Amino acid sequence: MTGEVKFLQGNEACFEGALKAGARFYAGYPITPSSEIAEMASQRLPAVGGVFIQMEDELASMAALVGASMAGAKAFTATSGPGFSLMQENLGLAIMTEAPCVVINVQRSGPSTGLATKPAQADVMQARWGTHGDHAIITLCPTSVQECYDLMIYAFNFSEKFRTPVIFLSDEIVGHMREKVVLRDDIPVINRPFPQGDPKQYMPYKPGENKVPPMAYFGSEYVFHASSSMHDETGYPNNTAQNADKVIRRLYEKIYDHRDEISIIKEFETKDADVLFISFGSAARSSREAVNMMRKDGIKAGLLQINTIWPFPDKKVRQLISHAKVVLVPEMNLGQIINEVRKLSEGKPVFGVNKVDSTIITPGEIVNKAKEVLQNA
Amino acid sequence: MPKKIFDYIIEDRLPFFWCEGCGNGIILKSIAKAFADLDLDPKNVVVVTGIGCWGKADDYLSTNSLHVTHGRALAAATGVKAVNPELKVIALMGDGDGLTIGGNHFIHAARRNMDITAIISNNFNYGMTGGQYSGTTPEPSFTSTSRYGSIEPPFDICALAKAAGAPYVARATVYHVNLLEKYIKNAILKKGFSVVDVINICPTYYGRFNKLKSPVDMMNWLKNNATTKLEEGDIYNNKFAIGEFVNEDKLDFSTKYASIQKNARELSIHLEQDLSGR
Repeated sequence: MTGEVKFLQGNEACFEGALKAGARFYAGYPITPSSEIAEMASQRLPAVGGVFIQMEDELASMAALVGASMAGAKAFTATSGPGFSLMQENLGLAIMTEAPCVVINVQRSGPSTGLATKPAQADVMQARWGTHGDHAIITLCPTSVQECYDLMIYAFNFSEKFRTPVIFLSDEIVGHMREKVVLRDDIPVINRPFPQGDPKQYMPYKPGENKVPPMAYFGSEYVFHASSSMHDETGYPNNTAQNADKVIRRLYEKIYDHRDEISIIKEFETKDADVLFISFGSAARSSREAVNMMRKDGIKAGLLQINTIWPFPDKKVRQLISHAKVVLVPEMNLGQIINEVRKLSEGKPVFGVNKVDSTIITPGEIVNKAKEVLQNA
Repeated sequence: MPKKIFDYIIEDRLPFFWCEGCGNGIILKSIAKAFADLDLDPKNVVVVTGIGCWGKADDYLSTNSLHVTHGRALAAATGVKAVNPELKVIALMGDGDGLTIGGNHFIHAARRNMDITAIISNNFNYGMTGGQYSGTTPEPSFTSTSRYGSIEPPFDICALAKAAGAPYVARATVYHVNLLEKYIKNAILKKGFSVVDVINICPTYYGRFNKLKSPVDMMNWLKNNATTKLEEGDIYNNKFAIGEFVNEDKLDFSTKYASIQKNARELSIHLEQDLSGR
């Protein structure tokens, strides 16, 4: 790991990662606890020839991202729950037009305006299914300031490679905690595939490698038509059943065919784990400490930390569950990721460690729950 | 070689899907004519459309285009323009799309003075969904959701655009085609947010509900009621004003932002010092 060493908060590291990945456009609307990202973007983007614009709302922010992406920029925004709800409309637009972009949601407690300054991890299913219609989505979750930086680069890389919006699901704890971070320069940066050949023959939605269509930008020799409505390879409307089936399946498959490549996970002491924790975001940090505490007590505990929550890493979860005696899923909600784990547990009991009072799940709380479960096992 | 209308309209995609008597074809032809007269290169033009009958206009154009969600054309166009100020960005929206669901984006694009041309096909109702009332439906006219007469006062698009700061604001109708072509051309040439409110006819719904059943009846209604002798605020009071209401020069967003980019490196360092000294 090489690069400049800094002491930053998670939100700041997100911006540094975005800049490193080549982001040059930010459109957003201020909202706690994400505003530091907008503030940095407003100051730093123009200095590198980029553009920051504060839009009238999150509907507009997300639409502007799509426009900017089509004009050739790597574009991103940051928000929290209420704003993320408004972005769902044009998140669908980004999926349908295959506009690469990154949406950071620094999760806070809801529903609605809820507890504006307090953390939660309750937008897991909204990230997956918030925009209407059948679709696939990539969602990454950081557990540390270093991961805010690293995973932002991956978020842009995935969005560019697969021509899709990527959701970066942070939370207030990770967003505002300060840690040492290395602004790495050893992560390769990927750019969207540009079309080749005669511009007159260009079909903007003809799939290339990996079922992803090469992407021109407005103003290039490759003139194109992009649409939120159902379209065929020409980009113009095509409402036949055959075409709709083909397009919806391709949009899904271009991501799900590559789930092994997209899946980022980290394992801690899982090899011999009787007690397996499966967690993400700030709850994974507490889970790691819980593993240490239990190991000290002679209990074989381990953690599967999921950084890519969508697509869910089925293969790895299934494999690790089969070796464990007890599985626990700590998360700051009433049980969202646990249902994904249960789908794969083949009858093995899976227990939640849930908290929705807007305070962090402590390692001690996780240990206590695990011990209680072990006693009854 | 001088450009022609059919350098911009794709002949193979005709006929238009719009109803018989609809004025959208007249507006689209006027736009293509303006493109041709101004000798615009299709690769440097981006037409952004929203949802509704007029939102289908991009389907016939050979320029770049981006067809987006209902009401968001100007927001998406803002992203395009901010990234590449060299592009000619044209937003095509109806009264429901651009001024009702998208009203907030309209006033803010005007306030921000984005160098975008907004051409509004204003037919006083939502044609695509069956003729419901919109934010510009005159009081007390009849639509499929105001069967007892609309009780909501309408927006005057031009007055709104002017108040929000747009440097170019004009109104024509699909009957006054020469005026329409001239205003569209002026709007495209204007550096800054330019608005052309085009009073359009919808014989299928609005006309039928308001005793103007045929396209000819509606065209006569435009002919008899449009006047250049009124202030723009008097629209919809039986007579309505057409003309150029605002035509001034004002620095647009991208020009101002370019100077921020130019000074940003130095400025950015000062800002960091301020923050650290806090």
